[in-house]
Amino acid sequence: MDDDAREESENRSDEAALAARLSRLGKRFGDERATRLPQQDVRRTDSSALGQGLRLSSELVAGVLVGGVFGWLLDHFVGTKPFGFIVLLLLGFVAGLVNMMRSVGMMAKGDWRLRK
Amino acid sequence: MAVDPIHQFEIHNVFPITQIGTAQIHLTNSAIFMAISVGLTMLLLLGTTGSRRLVPTRMQSVAELTYELMANTLRNVTGDEGMKFFPFVFSLFMFILFANLIGLIPYGFTVTSHLIITAALALLVFFTVIIYGFWKNGLAWLKLFVPSGIPTFMIPLIVVIELLSFFSRPISHSVRLFANMLAGHITLKLVAGFIAMLGGVGFVGWLGAIAPLALTVALTALEFLVAALQAFVFAILTCIYLNDAIHPSHDPHPAH
Repeated sequence: MDDDAREESENRSDEAALAARLSRLGKRFGDERATRLPQQDVRRTDSSALGQGLRLSSELVAGVLVGGVFGWLLDHFVGTKPFGFIVLLLLGFVAGLVNMMRSVGMMAKGDWRLRK
Repeated sequence: MAVDPIHQFEIHNVFPITQIGTAQIHLTNSAIFMAISVGLTMLLLLGTTGSRRLVPTRMQSVAELTYELMANTLRNVTGDEGMKFFPFVFSLFMFILFANLIGLIPYGFTVTSHLIITAALALLVFFTVIIYGFWKNGLAWLKLFVPSGIPTFMIPLIVVIELLSFFSRPISHSVRLFANMLAGHITLKLVAGFIAMLGGVGFVGWLGAIAPLALTVALTALEFLVAALQAFVFAILTCIYLNDAIHPSHDPHPAH
């Protein structure tokens, strides 16, 4: 009975020591992680030329497509035919170019003045 | 012998389930392969981490590594507030990853080679961003479309461009995954088809078939890379878009 109790208390102190070690380790890992965040550049992950081509073309096409569709809808419902389509198609082209430049990292979000 | 490279993307009805109005609802091969990729994801994550060993087994290590990869990515892009979206992003990543990889197994079907699937996933992200953006930031979320530091007379033009750029996201988001899978599988099928076609010519044809055979092997390896990469790219773009919902006006991570 006495032995059992002592053993149990020993176990408990062991566990406490382990827990303390674990939390220390965890803290150290946390610090480590904070100091060197893995700098993964999203945009550089697809290295194959086909992947890059598909990525950039999809950005541009999506911009033009959305501009065209929005312009057409505007004309249809507001009756500005044909100017809404023309203007928004061109702006959609611009938006597509902006998306492309953003996706290769030439232009940060909200950074409208290109860096010198 | 002609090879039809598009045949692999056909959807077949496997068996009828129910009828809604005049529309017959069938279980299709696409639905079966979606269920398989969900099942494999669960098998990998639940089956291997069930024992919760401190020193992981090989498969548990795989599960933990994918978990940590996505957790780190999401935390880097959106900060700690974004971690509430972790289940969402991780589910998307695993589903697409398994759907892409299963498609590379002969006689498999690539779920993600259909635009409707990738568009549904991209629109899910798109509406999550809009709804969460408004819910969390209120109307201040609209500042996302008004970049700071531009002259006043330029604002209307820039806002329209930013809006178009925002609305084109789900398109490029979905088309990128779809086009990569489609193009990859068609290329693979065409090049592999040359082997059979040259083989029909005779001995000289067999010699000539060595080149497309080597190319097929190389392309298969490349396709495995693309399958994993595109799942990752889709997930990362999801993180970037979610970041816009969480931090509309300022950008704490200038890397993107």
